[in-house]
Amino acid sequence: MLVTEEKPVKEVLGALGADKKVFIVGCAGCPEGWETGGPAKVAALADQLRAKEKDVVGTTMIDFLCNKALVGLRLSRCLDALKAADAVLVVSCGVGVQATAAMVDRPCHPALNTISSAGFQGLWPSSERCGQCGECVLSSTGGICPITTCAKSLLNGSCGGSHEGTCEVEKHRPCGWFLIYERLKALGKLDDYKKIQAIRDHKKMDIPLKSRSTIRWALEAKQF
Amino acid sequence: MSRLQQELEAGRFVVTGEVGPPKGIDTHELDHELEHLKGKVVAINVTDIQSAVMRLGSLIVSEYLVRKGFEPVFQLTCRDRNRLALQTELISAAWVGIENVLCLTGDHQVLGDHKGAKGVFDLDSVSLLQTVNLLNSGKDLAGNDLQGVPKLFPGAVVAPGLEPMEPQVLKFEKKVAAGARFFQTQALYDPRQLEAFMKKVEHLKVPVMAGIVLLKNVGMAKFMNANVAGVFVPDHLIKEMADTPKKKLKAKSAEIGGRLVKEMKGMCQGIHLMPLGWTDIVPDVLAHAGLA
Repeated sequence: MLVTEEKPVKEVLGALGADKKVFIVGCAGCPEGWETGGPAKVAALADQLRAKEKDVVGTTMIDFLCNKALVGLRLSRCLDALKAADAVLVVSCGVGVQATAAMVDRPCHPALNTISSAGFQGLWPSSERCGQCGECVLSSTGGICPITTCAKSLLNGSCGGSHEGTCEVEKHRPCGWFLIYERLKALGKLDDYKKIQAIRDHKKMDIPLKSRSTIRWALEAKQF
Repeated sequence: MSRLQQELEAGRFVVTGEVGPPKGIDTHELDHELEHLKGKVVAINVTDIQSAVMRLGSLIVSEYLVRKGFEPVFQLTCRDRNRLALQTELISAAWVGIENVLCLTGDHQVLGDHKGAKGVFDLDSVSLLQTVNLLNSGKDLAGNDLQGVPKLFPGAVVAPGLEPMEPQVLKFEKKVAAGARFFQTQALYDPRQLEAFMKKVEHLKVPVMAGIVLLKNVGMAKFMNANVAGVFVPDHLIKEMADTPKKKLKAKSAEIGGRLVKEMKGMCQGIHLMPLGWTDIVPDVLAHAGLA
């Protein structure tokens, strides 16, 4: 799930500026689960805008704004309201805002801030996170990712800020390498802790252009 | 070969000191601090953006020490530089006559004064040690040959006070395998911590220098206990400071420091004194310890 938080209404109003007629698009995916979006939040936001003399010309909820083809299809059913709008306010992650902006010829503004979750993590994952580094080291770290659990993404063991199992960065945050140490100890594989990991190839974090435009999107967009 | 390397490799007991570069370009205090260390220590650590608080650079101040006739231990952290910059700093250091380099991961940027800074950590303390040894062999991380080969003496740090101790021991072993030739510890105030740790690493035969941060007052001791991982100032030392009138705190600090040195010197191969500005009492610390 992509993690989001609500922007202050003052900031949203600042972004809308003089634009009076606003259409609101809400994502019924991650933000609803995270309680930063969904129908109730969209209705509340509409009320807040009306209280500030904005004219909310329409609202719609779309499941998964990250699905650009679906966004296009669903927004085409609201063409009249969209045409009447000066601006579109999007209650979703940054992906949804961009997908919406790609579909309508109106300024689109985010109502939420997207907090990094180190890349998309599936629709409903638990606390495990993948750093999507392209060089998985999980086999020697007890199946716990050091890149996402360690605040410094260290590959070679805990730093001098790890004490009694917690990280120096935040109280109560577990030190990733302490978790790895405990797991390896339980597995009887502490020798793995001593393996010196090769330095990372950060080129692998750069997503190639051809992977950004997915095959599925091409299938949906092209007229065959 | 640096004097630090000569002394440590000859098996002699070594004392090192430390200066922290100022936040700004006024180095009068730094000069003053250095004067007090003259002839008292073998080498002087120059901290690198310590505690992630922006200040004058470690490399340039280390070079300043060389020019003034002191032997620096150039501290280098991985927090602020990628592998290009780290290697550049290392060969630059070698070029200006710096030989000792202490390889650290670095405190996280949120502990410092620019909390929104991007932490780099492209390398870590272990891979930085490997990098120093690679450069010493005439190659860089991309496998290219160097034109002129540095001869750096790489060291590392360890914090024996961190709990649990086992991962610290494992990381110590890893640093030795990566080429660490000496260690300086995080501040210690309980000789038993050093004793217990040394038992675990003695067989590796790498010189360890016990770190001591000179206590300035009760507030500082309590602050370290609350905020610095692995540093523990025992109650009896805090009480000793609390019972001392303000005017006599420096003398008391030297006395406590000297006592700690005395207690720990038989367990390791050196002492690393971190006076945090109070270099003027370093001679007294050493006198109390019987090392003057």
